[in-house]
Amino acid sequence: MMRLFAVLSALVLLLFLLALLIGPAGIGPAQSLQALIFGGDGPLTMVMREIRLPRAILAVLVGGGLGLAGAAMQGYLRNPLADPGLIGVSGSAALGAVLSIQTGVAAIAALALPLAALCGALVGVMLVLLLAGPRGSSLTLILAGIAISALAGALTSLVLNLSSNPFAANEIVFWMMGSLADRSLTHVWIALPLIALGAALLASLGRGLDALTLGEDAAEAMGISLHRLRLTLIFGTAAVVGASTAVAGAIGFVGLVVPHILRGFVGGRPSALLWASTLGGAVMLLAADIAVRVVLPGRDLKLGVLTALVGAPLFLHLIYRTRRAGQ
Amino acid sequence: MRPRGHFGLIWFCVAAVFTAATPAIGEAPARVVSMNLCTDQLAMLVATEGQLLSVSHLAFDPRESAMAEQAKGLIQNQGMAEEIYLMHPDLVVAGSYTSRASVEMLTRLGVPVVAFEPANSLDDVADRITQMGAVLGRQARAAQIVAEYRAGLAAFQAQTNRRPRAALYYANGYTLGDRSLAGQILLMAGFANVADEAGYADGGVMPLEVLAMVAPEAIISSARYPGGSRSEEILDHPVVQTLRHGRSSGSFTDRDWVCGTPFVLRAVGEMAEMRQQMEAE
Repeated sequence: MMRLFAVLSALVLLLFLLALLIGPAGIGPAQSLQALIFGGDGPLTMVMREIRLPRAILAVLVGGGLGLAGAAMQGYLRNPLADPGLIGVSGSAALGAVLSIQTGVAAIAALALPLAALCGALVGVMLVLLLAGPRGSSLTLILAGIAISALAGALTSLVLNLSSNPFAANEIVFWMMGSLADRSLTHVWIALPLIALGAALLASLGRGLDALTLGEDAAEAMGISLHRLRLTLIFGTAAVVGASTAVAGAIGFVGLVVPHILRGFVGGRPSALLWASTLGGAVMLLAADIAVRVVLPGRDLKLGVLTALVGAPLFLHLIYRTRRAGQ
Repeated sequence: MRPRGHFGLIWFCVAAVFTAATPAIGEAPARVVSMNLCTDQLAMLVATEGQLLSVSHLAFDPRESAMAEQAKGLIQNQGMAEEIYLMHPDLVVAGSYTSRASVEMLTRLGVPVVAFEPANSLDDVADRITQMGAVLGRQARAAQIVAEYRAGLAAFQAQTNRRPRAALYYANGYTLGDRSLAGQILLMAGFANVADEAGYADGGVMPLEVLAMVAPEAIISSARYPGGSRSEEILDHPVVQTLRHGRSSGSFTDRDWVCGTPFVLRAVGEMAEMRQQMEAE
């Protein structure tokens, strides 16, 4: 367990450093780090501190948040297919964010945008849990997710198409696929409080989720309040996914791939999977964000494209396995 | 922004449309419909009273059209083949990038369509006016406008001892180089375009990092459109704000910049004024 923690932490640090050194400006690594740490008057300091640093920090925050939310939802539903992106929570968050931007609410206060996305995500999570039931079978969970994703996506597109802004309609891709291009420290500051709050809520679920593996009755006998667990999960997931989506768009599959890969390493214990998936999610998104810059520099390839390329085959594999297990 | 590329193919199509559809020489068309923002304005400038029937809906938007006032009283069209056909035009003018399907359908229905290339330089502006004059049978009026335009342009040919380095920076980090109308406006006003030194002579998306590294003395962007968008958010990025701080910068409405009409002179004028202010400081 300690070894896994050390390896994942080292990977996060390594990729964070790499993310800081890659960019279209083409500056030497030593020069870059010097400008980042010691500053100076030149444009280099601005590039490092205002462009690359916020981008790398957001990759860690958003990736870690999505990994954690995925692990928590899967632990609660005891279903490996539950990923905030796949079951429509990210899509609903994007709808909330788009609505707040187009109605001008987002311009009122700095936190209005992530809070609106949180409200959207909240509606999404509650709808999914309502439709899928407390012990959602894979089928109802995925069907509910498809329906909510489709509806949220359609409404997001509709709002953007109705906008009086000529650029809005082209942003449908950003809200559906996600990107970290051109983000600034402002975005870090508006996302950080809600992601931290949501992560703290989700992290507190460890004991409850462990108990839940024995069944609901056993968990209640151990003094776990299922009602409180459910509420904490809903608010925690909505806060993390809402704030992430507000600044980076809807990025799918991180919460699916990461817990799946790491589950074996933690012996299937949901509480250990929570922190492992947080680190793993940060690793995955940092790697994806480095890849989009290396593969197509200056073209803003969307992050969701890469995460789906990795995640969708895995998703198919999981469906296949679930079907076999059901037979 | 304006799409580019495939010029060979487009020229071929334009030439084909042009030769097939030019109305018989000598008789001026009496019911003209325009379906592109730029041909709208050219036609409004050149056409005689009552000759122009309808212009595109964009022509009525004062943010994008320099002739929104003049457009009042004309019929608005959305550039769809059906509505235009029902107006029974004897000539349709369109941009060479105007929705291909609509233009093809009109041609099939026997409506003569003339497609205009977008202007990419200040000389192109004069050519387009002349072309519009020929197409509408208003050569004399067109020649008069061209003469006025050339005279206005000549007034800007003043000596510049130093060219301040400026960047054209739009939503999504889009920039334009010297081979574009906006780039030519910038040059004419006495600026040097940093897009060229940064390797974006043909325009395209210039990442923020690159903008920060070339550190232009002035940043020119277009004025905001209503309704929020993430695309325009890049102009609020701290890097752009820092570059603007204490330097010259301006946001200009698109209307004088996007189309090859004599109104580009206003854009050149505004920019020249900005440069003179920079020199004075």
